Amino acid sequence: METRKFHNNLIVSTAPHIVSDDDTTKIMGTVLLAMMPALVAGIYVFGTGALVRAIVGVISAVFFEWAYNMITHKRQTIGDLSAAVTGLLIAFNVPSTIPVWEIILASFVAIFIVKQLYGGIGKNFVNPAITARIFLFISFASSMSTWPLPRMNQTADAVTGPTPLGLLAEKSTELPSNMEMFLGFIGGSMGEVSALALLIGGIFLIWRKVISPIIPCAFIGTVFLIALIYYKGSFNMALFHIFAGGVMLGAFFMATDYVTTPKLPMGKLLFGIGCGFITMLIRLWGSYPEGVSFSILLMNIMTPLINRLTFKSYIKEGGANSGK
Amino acid sequence: MGKHLPSIHVKHYKHTSDIETEVMPIPDVVKICMSQNIGAPCKPLVAKGDYVKVGQKIGDTDAFVSAPIHSSVSGTVKDIVEVRGSMGGMETLIVIETDKKQEVSEEVAIPKVENYEQFVKAARASGVVGLGGASFPTHIKLNPKNLDECKVLVVNGAECEPFITGDNRMMIEQGQDVLDGMQLIMHYLNLDEGIIGVEENKPEAIANLNRLIDQNGISNIKVQVLQSRYPKGAERVLVYETTGQVMNAGVLPAQLGVILDNVSTVAVLGQYFRTGMPIVRRRITVDGDAVMNPKNVFVPIGTQIADVIDYCGGYKVEPRKIIMGGPMMGRATHSDESTTMKNTGSILAFSQEMAEVKEETGCINCCRCHEACPFKLMPMIFAEAYERRQVDRLNDFRVMQCMECGSCSYVCPARRPLSFTNKLAKGLVKEASKK
Repeated sequence: METRKFHNNLIVSTAPHIVSDDDTTKIMGTVLLAMMPALVAGIYVFGTGALVRAIVGVISAVFFEWAYNMITHKRQTIGDLSAAVTGLLIAFNVPSTIPVWEIILASFVAIFIVKQLYGGIGKNFVNPAITARIFLFISFASSMSTWPLPRMNQTADAVTGPTPLGLLAEKSTELPSNMEMFLGFIGGSMGEVSALALLIGGIFLIWRKVISPIIPCAFIGTVFLIALIYYKGSFNMALFHIFAGGVMLGAFFMATDYVTTPKLPMGKLLFGIGCGFITMLIRLWGSYPEGVSFSILLMNIMTPLINRLTFKSYIKEGGANSGK
Repeated sequence: MGKHLPSIHVKHYKHTSDIETEVMPIPDVVKICMSQNIGAPCKPLVAKGDYVKVGQKIGDTDAFVSAPIHSSVSGTVKDIVEVRGSMGGMETLIVIETDKKQEVSEEVAIPKVENYEQFVKAARASGVVGLGGASFPTHIKLNPKNLDECKVLVVNGAECEPFITGDNRMMIEQGQDVLDGMQLIMHYLNLDEGIIGVEENKPEAIANLNRLIDQNGISNIKVQVLQSRYPKGAERVLVYETTGQVMNAGVLPAQLGVILDNVSTVAVLGQYFRTGMPIVRRRITVDGDAVMNPKNVFVPIGTQIADVIDYCGGYKVEPRKIIMGGPMMGRATHSDESTTMKNTGSILAFSQEMAEVKEETGCINCCRCHEACPFKLMPMIFAEAYERRQVDRLNDFRVMQCMECGSCSYVCPARRPLSFTNKLAKGLVKEASKK
């Protein structure tokens, strides 16, 4: 009996010995899937230029992450798909007519500078795609504010025109109808025009429990409420503001970025309200027609402070001890 | 009540729920460990060359937190050896070469019990410890300082760990023993109410217990159906779900007026008072993707894992990890030469694919660890604070409340070993408080 052979070289590790199937790759893959309706809408509204820019955005973002990891001899991380999400978000945030090299430059800023130099996934303190968009917006003001008209509205001598928010800033009375805006037959960045498509994606993410509904609801709700008050109860104008510009895209896909948003539900609520508030401050009183990206960037920077604030009450209220 | 603590959905893997328990033949050799309970280890009462019989006491100690150990076989003591146990310390094993006659010891006799003191004494003599995995000596749980304040007996039949179905089979095959054990405890401890908490994924067990309760006309015991979510069977979660009382770390159920025992513990106790046979074998769920025929088996205590696996058709593929206990809180052992103990509820053998420790990636701040935690703790903060050795911060965020259920590690998409970091952080806090 002593000659019996045993398996003596088994793996010894700490519990738990099984893990859920949901890993970072799966989460990012789900986000990519949720962006598909908006991508299809963008291509439908703006044509193949939108598709080309989406592809360039994804490939360049993934390339820069790959290259950074190669140069610095870090573990390759492109498999987590987060770079692909950033690349697609950059494309979503620009007009479908901007030069392709500007997108590549934006990917470089987002991935190389904002994400990787700060330590890679999970370590960036602001949203890479948002920061890259603002970088483009400030550096290339002309191509970033030349908006193509939807294909169905283009005429022989008019292929570009102001966005609904641009019209509003010019005090134009020819605003598109809320239905046109809901469906996305308006000018704007290629991924932000169709509120319907973004809503489908956003609800999908909430259903898959990838994002919490707190930030999108607080963000959109605040925008709606401020518009309602500002326009003295005009339901129409309140709807206009939530369908216009980047509110839907920002609220569901960028203000919900885990890394740069608060941890606790109360913090998420404050974050969403802050985003909505700053957006409307810029839209109604600022010199830019649109303020979603600035609002998210500013709230990203506020996030450590919000965390500190909410942690204080978390510690005081006692969590487990309170038995809630 | 009606409120639930946060919990997670964990894949059930309960392949063996419907398979009747089999009795494996006595192996050629058993190695009975002298450290089978929380508290003091036993000292061997036999010497090399002695002949021992089934149920004979072979280890005991005078220490308060302890329980005696009995021989699971009849045969000759070949050796008494010191080996390094899976927890790192040295353990004493009594190696017995079996003669397969299974002669029953003269010591085995139905206990005569007339009062509470005799009941507790008999409970100790049964050798029973918490069979759910904690292996806390049961007679101590039955002997709380504030006995007159204890009113409820909560029996844990949740069995929320994946794979394991031993408690389920216990409730189906030995439902009467469960109720007998409960009634004895309730009688001698003067408890008013008995609650058996069972997860809803065990309909046959629930139906069987309800049928027996009706048949016996028992009015003060009820089955409470729990959600099939992890970790409903954790002591502090179960107390909350069944009695609505918040139980913090470091508090004993008895302090809240609750006596809490695992369903198999109670049943084995019930069986002991019927037969006089102390705990010498237990039902073990053998499963995992490296096992040929997963099933529940009655295994003599001290049997080598390899023998149990052989009985289940051997390995299907090369095993790379063997877990004693559940996959969420159980312990990986380095060798299948390890032997079963009183608290070994399952033996899981995993292939390379399941055994592989997933590579850790960066935290993406998704907060799933916080949302999964039954006590709403923040493992990501613990990990950060532990790295920086911030004891105050760990205390502020109540790291000591963590019960290491593993939910945070399970849900983490970055595959961070958060539960383990919590454990390390708790160690750091304990160390700091000593100074």
